[in-house]
Amino acid sequence: MAKIHVTTTVNGEPTEFLCTATQTMLDVLRDVLGLTGAKEGCGSGDCGACSIIVDDRLVCGCLMLGAEAEGRRILTIEGMAEGDKLHPLQQKFVELAALQCGVCTPGVLIAAKALLDRNPDPTETEVRFGLAGNLCRCTGYDKIVRAVLEAAAEQKEIAR
Amino acid sequence: MSEHRYKWVGTRQNRPDGADKVTGRARFAADFNLPGELVGQVLRSPHAHAVIKSIDVSRAAALPGVKAIVTGADFPEQPDQVVPAGEMQVNLRDVTRNIMAKEKALYEGHAVAAVAATTADIAKKALALIEVEYEKLPHVIDVREAMAEDAPILHPQMRTEGVTPTPSKASNIAKRLEFTKGDAAAGFVKADFVIEREFTTQPVHQGYIEPHAALASASEDGQVQLWTTTQGHFQVRGFCCRLLELETSQLRVTPSEIGGGFGGKTVVYLEPVAIRLSQKAGRPVKMVMSREEVFRASGPTSGGHVQVKLGATRDGRIVAADVTVALQAGAFPGSPVGPSCMCSLACYDIENIRVVGFDVVSNRPKVAAYRAPGAPISAWAVESTVDLVALELGMDPIELRLKNAAKKGTKTHYGPTFGVIGMVETLEAAKASAHYRSKVKPGHARGVAAGFWFNIGADSSAAAHVGEDGTVTIISGSPDIGGSRASLAMMAAEELGIDYDKVRPIVADTASIGFSFVTGGSRVTFATGLAVINATRDMIHQLKLRAAKLWEVDVDGVVWQDGEARPSSTNVGEFEPLSLAKLAASASRTGGPINGHAQLNAQGAGPGFGVHIVDLKVDADTGIVTIDRYTAVQDVGTAIHPSYVEGQLQGGAAQGIGWALNEEYIYDARGKLQNAGFLDYRMPVASDLPMIETLLVEVPNPSHPYGVRGVGEVPIVPPMAAIGNAIARATGVRMVDLPMSPPRLSAALDAASPRLAAE
Amino acid sequence: MARVVLTYSFARQYASGQTEIEVPGRTVRQLIRALDARFPGIERRLEHDVAVVIDGVLHQNAYLEEVGETAEVAFIPPIAGG
Repeated sequence: MAKIHVTTTVNGEPTEFLCTATQTMLDVLRDVLGLTGAKEGCGSGDCGACSIIVDDRLVCGCLMLGAEAEGRRILTIEGMAEGDKLHPLQQKFVELAALQCGVCTPGVLIAAKALLDRNPDPTETEVRFGLAGNLCRCTGYDKIVRAVLEAAAEQKEIAR
Repeated sequence: MSEHRYKWVGTRQNRPDGADKVTGRARFAADFNLPGELVGQVLRSPHAHAVIKSIDVSRAAALPGVKAIVTGADFPEQPDQVVPAGEMQVNLRDVTRNIMAKEKALYEGHAVAAVAATTADIAKKALALIEVEYEKLPHVIDVREAMAEDAPILHPQMRTEGVTPTPSKASNIAKRLEFTKGDAAAGFVKADFVIEREFTTQPVHQGYIEPHAALASASEDGQVQLWTTTQGHFQVRGFCCRLLELETSQLRVTPSEIGGGFGGKTVVYLEPVAIRLSQKAGRPVKMVMSREEVFRASGPTSGGHVQVKLGATRDGRIVAADVTVALQAGAFPGSPVGPSCMCSLACYDIENIRVVGFDVVSNRPKVAAYRAPGAPISAWAVESTVDLVALELGMDPIELRLKNAAKKGTKTHYGPTFGVIGMVETLEAAKASAHYRSKVKPGHARGVAAGFWFNIGADSSAAAHVGEDGTVTIISGSPDIGGSRASLAMMAAEELGIDYDKVRPIVADTASIGFSFVTGGSRVTFATGLAVINATRDMIHQLKLRAAKLWEVDVDGVVWQDGEARPSSTNVGEFEPLSLAKLAASASRTGGPINGHAQLNAQGAGPGFGVHIVDLKVDADTGIVTIDRYTAVQDVGTAIHPSYVEGQLQGGAAQGIGWALNEEYIYDARGKLQNAGFLDYRMPVASDLPMIETLLVEVPNPSHPYGVRGVGEVPIVPPMAAIGNAIARATGVRMVDLPMSPPRLSAALDAASPRLAAE
Repeated sequence: MARVVLTYSFARQYASGQTEIEVPGRTVRQLIRALDARFPGIERRLEHDVAVVIDGVLHQNAYLEEVGETAEVAFIPPIAGG
């Protein structure tokens, strides 16, 4: 099968890759581009472990084809920190123990970023619904929700 | 709550693997790759029960790109006896058949063959070309049906153990257990009233988000390397060496970061298959399960049927109890029925007890451990019945439990007499909690339940190395599943009197540290923690020897304080203290590198007790339960890192809430699993839950220098009954079958409403 | 004499139904051997695949563990955990 040539932007970097017509974006990220931060937990869009942001929209990498990345801007967990500085959400997750095993964490962080990007001051309920597409089996979500709320509050404080 | 006698223990430090895990850098099993690796995939039985008459792989083998194929014939026959493999007692005849079927497929999803090919597409095509001739057999799914006289028999050679004389006829009941204390029959005569109910639970999956995955690389000289996601890489080594007739030293297993396990990653599935494929192909083989395979072929915990009969006097004493627990083990014997029976009444001091247990096989995937294996099933039944006693008496449910609580000196029905335990303290803390003292909101109801788990110790090894600059590496063999590296480093820093960030903990492969039992049974912070403390102390002894040598004094003249060697008194002489860095710098002159080691079989883990309180409301039309407030109270010994202790309580409670309200395996009439995915097997999501409040009752464990007690398992024991008890109080309807999902609950409410209306 | 405690079904199978037995011995191994003298064959059943609780303290592998003169030593089904 002939491969498809795709020109896109991944984490701010102009990127080109070849993929088959059936290859998912998640497979392209993990197997072609070597970005293994997004995880495959289900392959059916139910767990959110492969969450990425495509043109400001939260997407499950397993539900998008690699070929669909043409001309888009892709953000993965690998692009969330700036240089050696963790994103405030990442920092809060570490400080508040918002992860245990950590396998859902990349997806949760991307979903949390997508949430705060469009709603910088969410209520607890909004955070819970904003992250409802991301399964975490370890934490019971308590510390995750608190970390997102605290990161948002801190950002608001800084913005003031 | 901790009184902070320590510098590091009891504080909330950033975990050493935190940055890697929030940036996607941490490597889980599926993130490992090797040059030239092949893709391994498994062909699974479409039938719940069938004889495998023949397997023809010739067409698959002829497909270009296929490099190896294995079937049951590629794995040597194993003895039908329980033997140690990596410190676990297992029947290897069963284990080898579970990883790859031999004469029969025993459940839908049972592995029948596997291929290794150059691409996933080719592997998939090859699987479709393997021709398996099956002869379908009648199957049985339900535990009670499997126990029936005329049930389809899974294992013709199986005779029920624990029955005398040994039965002559094959049965699906692998084992019968019985525990007694006093005289249950006589006890019921003394009771003013007796309450009897039957309860059921469905199998539920551990639900770790990372599927099983393994990468094997076998060399021509017989050496094998394996990277895998596991709670115990030494167990993986033990199992694989037994199953593949390898010498232990030939197999080096490196654990990846582990994306959840909860007991489900203490056994092997893909690992021996990947190794065998790699041996045959002469190339590395990587295998990753799909979520569907995880559901169909890896271990959930048992579903069960539990009968409970409690007799009590009007003053609130439970005087007799009779409990029967039947647990389905899946296709091979080995449900957690023993612990289920033992935990069932462990919270209480009851004079007359009889508990009977059955281990039952049926055509489902073999169960694996799941957080406090077995305990939640019997606790669901017993704690619901205790609530019925409280309602009958009109007594506060915590008061009733306090009145009957097990304490030091209580003789259990399974034999031992309790030493110092924290059941009463935990109940008192629950009673005094802000949650329990608050008024229940209108339209809501409150439920309470308790839970018990043993906690274990067992084998751990640890090493401590001083670097040339005086910083320290702590090496253990315990995969870190929930922050244990942080706890281990904190204990080492506390011992050494140096800063936490000067101590780096790592999890080493099987060739780089001594044997360590699985991360499970709530043992790592306790047992591996002890090993780390001892290794650190061993290193401190070395440091003191080096200082003594430099000062030319006896080692007794040196003390270790605040990270440096000091003369123990002025009598020893006037010496400048020697810091770790100084001693490290002069190590070569004083005897070479400075390391410490320890290995132990930790005893005295000390049991844990938990009490959960839940406020909820029930939508009578839909049967949807909304949890409004939830508090988990637990006797945790000393919380080394309180955040991760709280996390254990919160995560366990959330899993219990899923078990209570939604999760179940659904089979059709052909014995096929109907909900092998996260869409239909519904685990709690963030919007289903409130904050989970925690109350840590810190009663230090005397068997550990810092008082550590295992905490991970207890919190999954109480939630089901706590929620059922609240639903009963909210609606007047006592649910006896799990899950209390919207369809079931609304049906139960509908069935009860004419009667309620009539009353 | 230590007091050995067996579960009901185990005792019925291997110890003539006696769940509590006074046995001489200062280690778990000595207790097991003394038991085996009284109930031949029980040793093989108690060496592996049991957990031992000595005076309320759970041991995973207690074969050579010392026991006090009046210790309570209970043999119970094995416990692993999740």
